[in-house]
Amino acid sequence: MARRKAKRKNKQEKIRPKRIDANAARQDPKKELKISAIGEGTVIDHIPTDATFKVAEILGLESHNGVVSIATSLQSKSIGKKGIVKVAGKSLTQEEVNKISIVAPNATVNIIKNYAVREKIKVKSPEVIDNVVKCSNPVCITNNEKIPTKFFVVRKDPLKIKCHYCERSMGKEDIEII
Amino acid sequence: MDFKNRDIISINDFSKEELLHILKAARQMEQKPNGSLLRGKLLAALFFEPSTRTRLSFISAMEQLGGKVIGFSTASVTSIQKGESLWDTIKMTSRYSDVIVIRNPLEGSARLAAEAADVPVINGGDGSNQHPTQTMLDLYTIQKAKGKLENLHIGFVGDLKYGRTVHSLAMAMSHFSPTLYFIAPDELQMPESYLDELFQKRVKYFKTSDLGRFSKELDVLYVTRIQKERFPDPVEYGKFKGIYRVDMEFLKNVKKDMKIMHALPRVDEIDKSVDATEHAAYFEQAANGIPIRKALLSLVLGKLK
Repeated sequence: MARRKAKRKNKQEKIRPKRIDANAARQDPKKELKISAIGEGTVIDHIPTDATFKVAEILGLESHNGVVSIATSLQSKSIGKKGIVKVAGKSLTQEEVNKISIVAPNATVNIIKNYAVREKIKVKSPEVIDNVVKCSNPVCITNNEKIPTKFFVVRKDPLKIKCHYCERSMGKEDIEII
Repeated sequence: MDFKNRDIISINDFSKEELLHILKAARQMEQKPNGSLLRGKLLAALFFEPSTRTRLSFISAMEQLGGKVIGFSTASVTSIQKGESLWDTIKMTSRYSDVIVIRNPLEGSARLAAEAADVPVINGGDGSNQHPTQTMLDLYTIQKAKGKLENLHIGFVGDLKYGRTVHSLAMAMSHFSPTLYFIAPDELQMPESYLDELFQKRVKYFKTSDLGRFSKELDVLYVTRIQKERFPDPVEYGKFKGIYRVDMEFLKNVKKDMKIMHALPRVDEIDKSVDATEHAAYFEQAANGIPIRKALLSLVLGKLK
């Protein structure tokens, strides 16, 4: 029992608020910002910093009723600069997690219950992306007829996807979420 | 190899073996014509935008094989004008016919049509995306003219940026270890995405803006029209109009058996005097549309294996 408690404590520590590197923040602690830990919900970590807002967009968090905390340009040993999104009161499903793989293939997703990590969900890059991304080609049939879009993942890093219908290839910079 | 009920949407859907099988079927159509092979079969030719060669050659191919054709040649006579979706139009048409050929300016429309239809669908051109039967007849023309497809030196000249025939043929040729030469001004050069794909497939290629530079190397020169409709600014079009001209002077420096191809219509990129030479293969190329389309119709209708 004691070991289990210790283990739980460790997990708690992992999700403690982390310091944000807001440029000069290291030199002047007064300028530090913090995001509070969440009791229930989801923490998405290791998002490439420029994809952080896209992740929030893909998950439709602008209409989420609970607290959503978004941080970008945090220092990360593994990916340089990273972003974190914390969503209070919402546990993401595997299907939702896979959707963000388009822009954040190496993100780690922790489901939080009572301030502890209850479950870790691994982002799986799908081979096919159904009805998440809008085709960048204005004369593509999907932009002219009400049908779901479909893309094939041609390359994962750097991301390249191809429209099933018009065969136009798109990079991460062209991606617009439906 | 069974093509029954198969849709013909994109050249990228076909393996090397499948392409060769289609060319073999086309040869069979030419050598042993069978005027009743498709008797009782009905083709719906749905042309939402103008087309001369593609539409007429499909109709001709179907009728030469004993089949019948229904359809239209402009969207203005259809219920699309009343707001009917393409999906519904195709769903309905597929109940009236055994096979559908569609040309529609929206890219990906043929793929959607194939998903909606209960009968096989052949893409007769979807905007600047795909025109697979054109690419197949181009392959057939090269195979007939050169006796092979492997290890050829093929030049493409003109508007390589927007020319879908060039994009598709370059991709299709990548199965046959070619050396490709892309001859165009920088502004109209082959798009990077295709060059990237050729690089991945280890196809050797050269880029130049000088038509004469590789003239002695070429087995085939594929000429394209600089398409006026692609330029919003007429001044810009004027800059490139007539930039390349294949004439008798150019032919002095080419291999004796070098063949010139063009998907037609031409404007002034090939001089009329070239028509009478052994190099001209473009009218033969247009004629090859018939055996290819006969073969495809017969294959997808299950009348040819």
